Amino acid sequence: MPVIKTGDLGFAYPRGPEVLHDIDLSIEAGEFVGIAGPNGGGKTTLVRLIVGLERPTTGAVEVFGASPAEAQRQARIGYLPQRADLGIDAPITVGELVTAGRTPRAGLLRPLGDADRAAIEAAIDRVGLGEQTGRAIRSLSGGQRQRAFIAKALAGEPELLVLDEPTAGVDAEAQESLAGLLDSLRRDLAVTVLYVSHEFGAIEPYVERLVVVREKVVFDGPPSRLPDTWHDPSHVH
Amino acid sequence: MFISASILDAEFMRLAFAAGAIVGVLAPAVGFFLVQRQMSLIGDGIGHLAFAGVALGYLINVDPVVTALIFSVAGAVGIEQLRALRRTAGDQALALFFYTGIALGVVMLSAAKALNANLFTFLFGSILTVTKGDVLLVATLGIAALATVFVLYRGLVAVSIDEEAARVSGIPVTELNVVLAGLAGVTIAVSMQIVGILLIAALMVLPVITASRIASSLQGTLALSMGLGLLAVIAGLVASYYLDLAPGGAIVLLSAAMFVVTALSESLMLRRA
Repeated sequence: MPVIKTGDLGFAYPRGPEVLHDIDLSIEAGEFVGIAGPNGGGKTTLVRLIVGLERPTTGAVEVFGASPAEAQRQARIGYLPQRADLGIDAPITVGELVTAGRTPRAGLLRPLGDADRAAIEAAIDRVGLGEQTGRAIRSLSGGQRQRAFIAKALAGEPELLVLDEPTAGVDAEAQESLAGLLDSLRRDLAVTVLYVSHEFGAIEPYVERLVVVREKVVFDGPPSRLPDTWHDPSHVH
Repeated sequence: MFISASILDAEFMRLAFAAGAIVGVLAPAVGFFLVQRQMSLIGDGIGHLAFAGVALGYLINVDPVVTALIFSVAGAVGIEQLRALRRTAGDQALALFFYTGIALGVVMLSAAKALNANLFTFLFGSILTVTKGDVLLVATLGIAALATVFVLYRGLVAVSIDEEAARVSGIPVTELNVVLAGLAGVTIAVSMQIVGILLIAALMVLPVITASRIASSLQGTLALSMGLGLLAVIAGLVASYYLDLAPGGAIVLLSAAMFVVTALSESLMLRRA
């Protein structure tokens, strides 16, 4: 059973132009898939449809064989939205951020148990922030912050991790480090990774499959087979 | 001590301190999540609806605290629903409730011939009017609201950090938002006799933004904001007793002073660094 399956998927905003049409995708468990395309081409809309934040105007999406809403209820998806950053004013530590990410798995009312604390610690260690647990998120570099948000998603033990433009504003070194981290997640934890970006840089060697979207899927295959003229997927015209 | 002994001789002050202590802790505890979600002004909108509730109480001869409680909880949930459905922009939804609430209140008060000085008790707070029954109601609802905040703390934090990521990960965001709105409504209704409808929103916000400049963690900010709220209410009630002031104004001015002192100290330290 594919992790993600879409059939004739389309989306248009009310009284607005069509953003996506005829999207047929099937993504299997453990794949590391990059979604690329020009700005405004519909990449973010596509992942928002997949994770259930938008409803399709045509066609359907299935995640783990069910509707995205059902997949949400089953706490199987971790999601880092575009420009993932703190929505709060107060200082928050790495440990507090990642603990909040355990909530889907631990439940709302149950106090955290030993297994929860171990999962939180493991998520922080996996992203290399074990020494920074007590540090305020605001005092971290851009790359460390992204890692903290990934740890927050990992604390919920998702089977599908969706990242929308995770390297925006992050330096090249941090991008490489993030690429290695995502690859290790896929290999060690069998997490399916869906990575949206208009430029891939350091992550390109790890992406097994690239889906280029410009209102519809205009390329779907290994990055090595991308036509030379499309080498930079942000300039697909 | 002369001051504390004499002030506690009066039963009305003991009742005001009892109710005030709960309000001082509860208002920042609930306001904490509103501030984190950039919804600081929602307390004002709910306060205006509570005003309409007070007016209805006068009109139908029911305890205004009870009618205000119903209006503020229902209004808070209504504002949240409008925001969630994205039918109306957040500030427009607030404006709709703000002005409808105040207009409804004025119309009902004039119909009840109750546009008089008693009204000031609810608008700006009073230390003279708190009864044992009020303290019981404030304690019951206040402790229940505080318990709800602590039980749902992790979920409320997750939604505050990122509502969409929380929804995708399986957290029941809609339900938590409705609970938070209901908590805001309860807080305003139980606080209005001490702090006043027009000023309670300040007690939900000012201690939180002060604490967030001092603390270094989220839990630290929450704990400190509750401490500062309690301090402001107790000190404000004492000032109100000795200087014959409306307690709401004294409490909020003290809260504002705490923020100003903190902000000035912070900028001084930054200059020296």
